[in-house]
Amino acid sequence: MIRFLEFAGRPLVFFVEECGRIMLLLLSTISWMFRPPFRFRVVFRQMEFVGVNSVGVVLITGAFTGMVLALQTYHGFKMFGGESLVGSTLALAMTRELGPVFTALMVTGRVGSAMAAELGTMKVTEQIDALNTMSVNSIQYLVMPRIIAAILMLPVLTIISDFVGIVGGYFVGVNLLKINSGIFIAKIIDIVELDDIFNGLIKAAFFGFILSLIGCYKGIYTIGGAEGVGRATTQSVVLSSILIFISDYFLTAVMF
Amino acid sequence: MIKLIKITKSFNSQKVLDELDLNIDSEKITVIIGQSGGGKSVLLKHIIGLIRPDSGQIIIDGIDITNLNDKKLNEVRKKFGMLFQDAALFDSMTVGENVAFPLNEHARLSRKEVDKIVNEKLNLVGLENMTHKMPSELSGGMRKRAGLARAIALDPKIVLFDEPTTGLDPIMRESIDELIVATQKRTKATFIVISHDIESTFRIAHKVAMLYQGKIVAVGTPDEMRSSNNSFVKRFIKDLRD
Repeated sequence: MIRFLEFAGRPLVFFVEECGRIMLLLLSTISWMFRPPFRFRVVFRQMEFVGVNSVGVVLITGAFTGMVLALQTYHGFKMFGGESLVGSTLALAMTRELGPVFTALMVTGRVGSAMAAELGTMKVTEQIDALNTMSVNSIQYLVMPRIIAAILMLPVLTIISDFVGIVGGYFVGVNLLKINSGIFIAKIIDIVELDDIFNGLIKAAFFGFILSLIGCYKGIYTIGGAEGVGRATTQSVVLSSILIFISDYFLTAVMF
Repeated sequence: MIKLIKITKSFNSQKVLDELDLNIDSEKITVIIGQSGGGKSVLLKHIIGLIRPDSGQIIIDGIDITNLNDKKLNEVRKKFGMLFQDAALFDSMTVGENVAFPLNEHARLSRKEVDKIVNEKLNLVGLENMTHKMPSELSGGMRKRAGLARAIALDPKIVLFDEPTTGLDPIMRESIDELIVATQKRTKATFIVISHDIESTFRIAHKVAMLYQGKIVAVGTPDEMRSSNNSFVKRFIKDLRD
């Protein structure tokens, strides 16, 4: 019986341990955030990596999301003569949900995985120990700038995604499906409120926090050699993506 | 002076260090020898506070670092430099940037002064003109030299070496040994080396300590160790020479 309980309880123990370690990393990051030295250059470098270097991916995914959404909603609305609502539906979906979520998922794949791989490699090659021996706190130097950069840059990327998504939808709706351009834009202005955009950006910042925290956590706690780094990278993408979807539900329930 | 007093450390149920006592003299080269997987690296990481003991005390120049908080521990660590087994150079930085890293972090120097020290340290380890190379472009021996240049960039009082000659060919091993001896003579720092390379140990050590089953079982000069009657020491020296 005890053996069975041990066996059955192992995943629970692992889950609690994992949550505990993530919380400790988070608390440590927060505590180092307000202590000098403040390495703005390291933060800016991460902002470039997370933000500037992700613009291409976000442009493509954002534009095509908007385009396909316009196509799908048009056929649906056409059944009861509601084609004029395509623009507003598209804009609401982009700003509230698809912009933040798809951007976060793309950045998770590009940046979260890179964070886990880079920190994981640094861990297994003792570069993180080397930092600590040089009196440089590895959490302050490696984790904190990545989390700040992701929190700041995800909303910026989301604005880009929202914009190109709506432009892409406009292109398909107005140019290909022949929806009236004035009505398309007027309905967007009519129905979409500033709160819709703003709440979407808060979501994006939260997703940035999740993907960077999980990426750094999986990297810092990597064990084993190249295999361990590979495992950490995969786990960081899977876990971040799951947490983004779960938190999206609760954030939506609270915000809208 | 570094004092380790009754240091005990276990990982899960395995006891790696067992009430270990050791005094390390200042301004000398002390080599800690022992079997692979015998806890030498763990011992070295205790000295610099990367691992905390389950019990016991670690005294560095009169300061007990065992329970220091991160901030105070970082202050003590400024006395240290460390060369890791695979050098642990930051692979996103050039060799010069690696050596400059501790200087930029802790010394308030102009860029010109930093560059001057970087060149001086790289010359000292025989890596002049390698400033702009990436670590991936260096051989194993060169990486260790660059790691040593970084370790001594701030002229630390204590330098730790984790298996500095492991994975090198005999000629390169000898060259790294000569570099360690010459650097210690020049800097007058306390060097602590862990190794299982007995030839190398006798070439560089002022004092040798042998770690066996979590304890220091013998301490002495290389000559004293050679003529030791301790059965573990005799067996270790004989096995490795064979």
